This record gives sequence, C-alpha cells and structure tokens, in this order.
Amino acid sequence: MILDGKCPSGPLSEAWDNHRRQMKLVSPANKRKYKIIVVGTGLAGASAAASLGELGYNVEAFCYQDSPRRAHSIAAQGGINAAKNYPNDGDSIFRLFHDTIKGGDFRAREANVYRLAMVSNAIIDQCVAQGVPFARDYAGYLENRSFGGAQVSRTFFARGQTGQQLLLGAYAALSRQVKAGSVKLHPRMEMLDLVVVDGQAKGITARDLVTGRIYSHAADAVCLCTGGYANVFYLSTNAMGSNVTAAYRAYKKGAFFANPCYTQIHPTCIPVTGDHQSKLTLMSESLRNDGRVWVPKIRGDNRAPHEIPEEERDYYLERKYPGFGNLAPRDIASRAAKEVCDEGRGVGVSGRGVCLDFSGAIGRLGEETIRGRYGNLFDMYEKITNENAYRQPMRIYPAPHYAMGGLWVDYNLQSTVPGLFVLGEANFSDHGANRLGASALMQGLADGYFIIPSTIADYLGRTEPGRVSTGNEAFIRSVEECETSIRRLLAIGGKKTVNEFHRELGSIMWEHVGMARSKEGLTKALSLIPALRTEFWENVRIPGGEAGLNQELEKAGRVADFLEFGELLARDALHRNESCGGHFRVDFQTPEGEALRDDANFCYVAAWEFRGAEKQPELHKEELDFENVRLCERCYK
Amino acid sequence: MNLTLYVWRQSGPDEPGRLEQYEAWEITPDMSFLEMLDVVNEGLIKSGKEPIAFDHDCREGICGMCSQVINGVPHGPQKKTTVCQLHMRHFKDGDTLYIEPWRSRAFPVIKDLIVDRSALDRIIQAGGYISVHTGGVPDADAVLIPKADADTAMDAAECIGCGACVAACPNGSAMLFTAAKVAHLATLPQGRVEAARRVCVMTEAMLKEGFGSCSNHYECQAVCPKGISVQFIAKLNREFIKASFKKAGSY
Repeated sequence: MILDGKCPSGPLSEAWDNHRRQMKLVSPANKRKYKIIVVGTGLAGASAAASLGELGYNVEAFCYQDSPRRAHSIAAQGGINAAKNYPNDGDSIFRLFHDTIKGGDFRAREANVYRLAMVSNAIIDQCVAQGVPFARDYAGYLENRSFGGAQVSRTFFARGQTGQQLLLGAYAALSRQVKAGSVKLHPRMEMLDLVVVDGQAKGITARDLVTGRIYSHAADAVCLCTGGYANVFYLSTNAMGSNVTAAYRAYKKGAFFANPCYTQIHPTCIPVTGDHQSKLTLMSESLRNDGRVWVPKIRGDNRAPHEIPEEERDYYLERKYPGFGNLAPRDIASRAAKEVCDEGRGVGVSGRGVCLDFSGAIGRLGEETIRGRYGNLFDMYEKITNENAYRQPMRIYPAPHYAMGGLWVDYNLQSTVPGLFVLGEANFSDHGANRLGASALMQGLADGYFIIPSTIADYLGRTEPGRVSTGNEAFIRSVEECETSIRRLLAIGGKKTVNEFHRELGSIMWEHVGMARSKEGLTKALSLIPALRTEFWENVRIPGGEAGLNQELEKAGRVADFLEFGELLARDALHRNESCGGHFRVDFQTPEGEALRDDANFCYVAAWEFRGAEKQPELHKEELDFENVRLCERCYK
Repeated sequence: MNLTLYVWRQSGPDEPGRLEQYEAWEITPDMSFLEMLDVVNEGLIKSGKEPIAFDHDCREGICGMCSQVINGVPHGPQKKTTVCQLHMRHFKDGDTLYIEPWRSRAFPVIKDLIVDRSALDRIIQAGGYISVHTGGVPDADAVLIPKADADTAMDAAECIGCGACVAACPNGSAMLFTAAKVAHLATLPQGRVEAARRVCVMTEAMLKEGFGSCSNHYECQAVCPKGISVQFIAKLNREFIKASFKKAGSY
C-alpha cells in the first residue's frame, strides 16, 4: 500500500492556507447532525473537544480519569514554544520549523512541521485570551526563556507548571461547551475498541470503570487523543494510568502504527531508589539553563560531591558539545549520561546518576534568584529525595518520557482508517525521531485548536451524518469481544500480579529496547516478550469480578496490550538499521559515538499494519522528502 | 519499618463501610505513601483478597487525583504535599495510621478510598472560564498585565482541584476551590468582563451541589497541597458583594 501523506504542493509558507481553502466545509445548520467522539482530554483532546463543540458539532468526550482536568498533560513543567520572536533574537517561523526538523533528526514531514510552527503563535494568543497566567516582566509583557537545546528564547512558561495552566485553559474551554450542551463528558470511561463499519470509523466500545458495564457509542468520526506509550517501559515519567490501549486497539482495527521505536528518554529525572518504585519524576530540563552536569573523572569515586574538587570533575556535556553544553538536546544528553554511568563514574548508591550542580549559578546570581526560577522543582526534589539541592548537587538520570511514534496520520491528521483522526502525542506526525523541549504542548494544542476543526470538516462534508447506529452488528460484535477478553482475564486465576508482569516487561524493554539498542538485544527482546505474554495469559491473578470498580482488571487490560505492543516496538527498532534521534543502535554509530543516520535507506516513516494475532505485521513506507532543509548530520558540537 | 494500617473499606456508594486492619511490612523510607499501599495491595492480591481501591494517577503532585485522609488530615501530615508526594520517611517504625476517603456530603464514596468529585467539575462548568472562542483573538501582548497581577492570578490558578479543602472543612465548603478560580480570572484583564456574572453563577452552583459555606476555620489553607491562600476567599466575597450591587439581571 502506498501511504499518501496528502501534503499540499506549492511553497511551504502558503501550503496550509491553500489547503484550507480547498477543503470542504460543513454548514452551520448541519454541524449539529454530526456526532464526533473525542477520546482523551489532555491538551489535544480537551482543545479539540472544546473547539469542535464551539463550532456546533455534537461532541462526546471520554477520559479514564475522574475529571478531564487530570489528563497527564497537566504534568508538563517547562513551557511551550512559539515563533513570536518577542525577544528580537532572530527567531522566525522558518527557524522554529528548521529547528524542529533538525531536532527530530530529519525523520518528520516538512509540511506538517511547518504548519506547526505557523500556528504556534496563535496558540499563545489563544491561551492568553483564555486567562493562562504566563510569566510576565515588570512592564507587563510576556517573558520568554531558552529551553531544551534552542539557541533562541522562544519558550513561554507559567512557573514550572506550564502544562497545568494550558490544560486548565483547555479544560475551561471544554467546561464552557459542556455548559452550552455541545459536549457531553464521560469521565471514568475507558475506550476498549474502535468500531469500524464498511471501512470507516463509526464509534467506540468503552467500559464504565465504576459500574464495569460495557457500552457502544456510535459517531460520524472518532478522534483519538490518548497520549503516548512510555509506560511500556513500566517506569516512566507518565502517569500510572497512561497506556497504549486505545491506540493499539485502533491498530488492530486497521490503523497503521508509525515509528513505534521513536521513544524519548528524558535526561533529567530523579534516579530509581528500589524495587518498590512505581514511577519516575521528571525534573524540568529548564534546570539545565543554570545547572551544570558532571560526574567524577575517576570511576568508583564515592566521595560526597562537594568533596570532589573542581579539577576532578568531568563536565562531560560542556566538554563534548561546547556549542550547546548543558543544553544539548534530550537524546544526546541522555545517552551521554548512560555512557558515563556505564563507565562506572555514576553517582549515588545505585551508580546510576549524574550531578546537576547549581553551586556556580547560586554563586553568580544568588540563592534567591535560583529559588525564584526553580523553587517548586527544588521543593519537589527535596520531598522525594530528602536532599537540599541548594546545598548539594541534584542527582539525575534519564527516564522514558515521551513517544514520538504513534498512529500514522496524513496531513489532515486522519489515520489509515477513514473517519479516525489522531491528535497530539498519540499520532506520529511532527517530532520525527526526537522531540525538542516545549514542543509537545505546542503540538497538542495546534492539533486540537487549529488543525482538526478544519480538517475534520473535509471528511464530514463527504459523509452522511448518523448513518450507523449502535444496533449495527459491528458494535454488537465488538462488545462481545471485549466481554470475552475480560472474562478470559478474570478466569486465569494464576499466581502473579499484573504489576509483576508489567515490571518484567519494563525491565526487558529498558534493558534491550532502551537507550542503546543492538541487533542481539532486540532479537533477544523479541523472544522474551512473547514468552512473557504467554505466561501472562496463563498465570496472571486478577481479583474481583467484571462488575463494579476493579482497578486490577483495568491495569490487566492495559498491560495485556503493552505485552503485544512492546514486541511491535522492538520489531520496528530491529528493522531500522540506523541510529536517529531517540532510536540509538550501538551497531550504527560514528567513531565518536554519535548517531549514524542512513538517509539512503531509511529516510522514511515506518508504518506497521496489523495482520492478525499470530502473524508478523506488514511494513509500509512513507518516503520523506526534504525540499526546504538540507539533510545533514545533526551536530551540536 | 513495619506499620499498622486501619483503612476504610466500602464496596459501593450504598453499602456500609468500616475500618479494616492491615499490616504493612518492610516499608522503606524512600517509598512514597502510595508505593507503601502498592506493597500492601500486592500482598492482599497474593493472599486472595481484594486490594484497597484508591485514586491516583500522575504521582507527582499535580493531577489532583489522589485523595486520602491520613490520621484525620487530608493528604497527611506534611505541609503542601499531596499523598502521592508524601514519603514514608515522615513516619516511624510501629506507627498506626488511619486512612480514610475524603469526607463530605458532596463527595459520595464510590469504593473504599475513592470518592466522586464531579461536583467540582460542575462548579467550573457553571462559569469558571472566559467565554472566548478559538481563534480571532488579539496578539498575546496586546493587553499588558502588571507582573503583580499575573503572579497573583498564577498563585490562585495553581489549584489542582483535589478537593482536600472540602474534606478538611467542618462545613464541607468548597469556597477555597471556587475562590481560586474566581480570583484567578478576576485578577486578569481578560477575565474582568465576565467577573460579576462568573462569581454569581459559580457561587450558586457551589451551594446547589451541597457544599457548605466558609466560617473562617482556615483548615482548607492548612491542608491545601498548593498552599492556596484564604485571602482568595476574601476576594471571592468582595467580588460577590460588588456583583450584588450591579442591577439584577445585568450580569
């Protein structure tokens, strides 16, 4: 199958406007006849549901949390990028586009990324109008900072809680539509299946997490805004409930899964303390603006950090990447941390940690300034570690954080199943093989506020509303399948808990499909994962029944999907015989240990098609053309 | 360390609940409170019992999902800390802990430690927003906002909507929650236009949901994991009185 990204032709800067002009519209009187299901209420989902409701569509929004405001976008700390160029430091739409393409290691579509950069400014305007209290200077103007490897200051922020404030803005807009009657909320409801009728997405099957009942919901289009799959690693910075289920079940119903091996390991997280660990906490990478990363020069040096004199410290990021220093992009900083720890130079009891040192910045700017900038982060660090980072360096280590891969979508955000749209982190589209800091919030809101309202109309305009009801046999069959699967899980009555399986899967993924991947390791993972999956279906123990609230059953369904999805991720990583961005293959590196891309053979999007439970998925390729940026080595020296 | 827990177990909204005793063994100081409960739950599952149901998600103190009363205090003994960020180093070997759900008429128990907080969503739905459409708004710097105002708005906007304020209040009042949103928006020029209407409809929704009124106990501020100040309740009252001087029906 030839994958057509449907990118408009002509100059990049006019493409989106031209495309919008050519798309179909739905007349105001007809909009309410169309029902749209939005699954997930993070930045992408809440902004999409709010904007579509405002336009007059009949929207139903689903989330597994008790309130839409709790989606994990809320935890984003650092900020949101936009090409406003308020600081007059040379930023532009083209530069934001170029940085994002390069940051993604030339594995994203030019047209999508350019559009993202274009709408970035409108997002900031929209958020301010909603009452998002971004940081301001004494004259009342918006403040910007440099963030995550950018050489211009284009990041807008609200203390260390930018994601929270942006999500509360979108949640407010959503709440307004709930009041207006255009959006119906379904909290504590989890999507279990996509329903496809005559090749088109016509609804979902969802479980009410309180009563345990399974319901069919029919619609004219479905938007998945269900976030990323970093929890396939068990320990990640994602929320405990973040999962791949909605996306994976859509994949099983015909939506292609693109680039699952592009996962981001974030360099600045609090290290693991023991087996009890349930999640990892991110320390915003804005800390790298003032913190210096180092490890002792000699291995096994277990003196306290302040006892190690300056000349015996290795500021390895500054040494290896003098141009960017401590602000080197995430994939590069993470790999460098792993390298020094592998050499035995890591700090802390586990040896898996590096110092993030603020003593220089405190000496130069004073403790008060540092407190003003990062106070809440230092407090959070102290709560978790019982260490005061004003007095001693923080210890940090990389952790799985974000999924660049996701369901394949075309320029209209439509998947390979017509009528199924995928937004935000759940799609694959804009970040290539690595996402730059402060770009996730930008993409989620771009998709929800500004892209989907236009592109969904083009699909709906060609579709007769209300054509399928829940009485259709596809809905009935889907409910039966979900019920059968749940009963099968409950009937196993084995010995191991769901968490034990998830933890084992996580350790396979982290060990063999993590930061440094090899042919041998990936091959091993591809034999370990199916074996673990078989054991899961024979030996998992889930207490309680299908009726009523059953958190272990919820987890079991998600882990069952991770146990299949992990294999797809490893398979994609094995097939991609190159290193790029977050996908680093030790067998493909330069003599200096940098990622070695292979543009001649791998400059494409790998989109996987589900072929059946016991069959291998089929690979489809979407070639990537670069007409406006030159493919070059991604050098940060 | 080893602890004794008394945990509220309730199988459904209409079922009677009771405190049940559990032992938490081999707990380490680096565990978070919820990780301690994970350990207890793993033990319960292995011994064929139903694990304790509790709400949680981000486990980094920002989503507002976790909600437990520990020894009578919502979110437990550490100031400005959600349950998920509370670590076991703040407890001693041999401690006895009582763990209960949020207690308030407006928050019916769903199961064990899980309550229904959708009443808070309905207060926001009543008017906790600026009525702006997507698109067609002015440049973000077209309206300047004094830094002090932006900072005050942010102080209020930090509310995570967990509902601890309600659980701590002897009146079961949601005034701090409502005030935080009213103050956040009323402090910004973009939110002033609807301020009078907003404070009236939100207050009305709050009372309709069965929350009580504030009688200045300040328990809410004491347990708020984000340290939202009761001064915002004063701001809510001021906004409400100002609005009541407007002609009826003009908002």
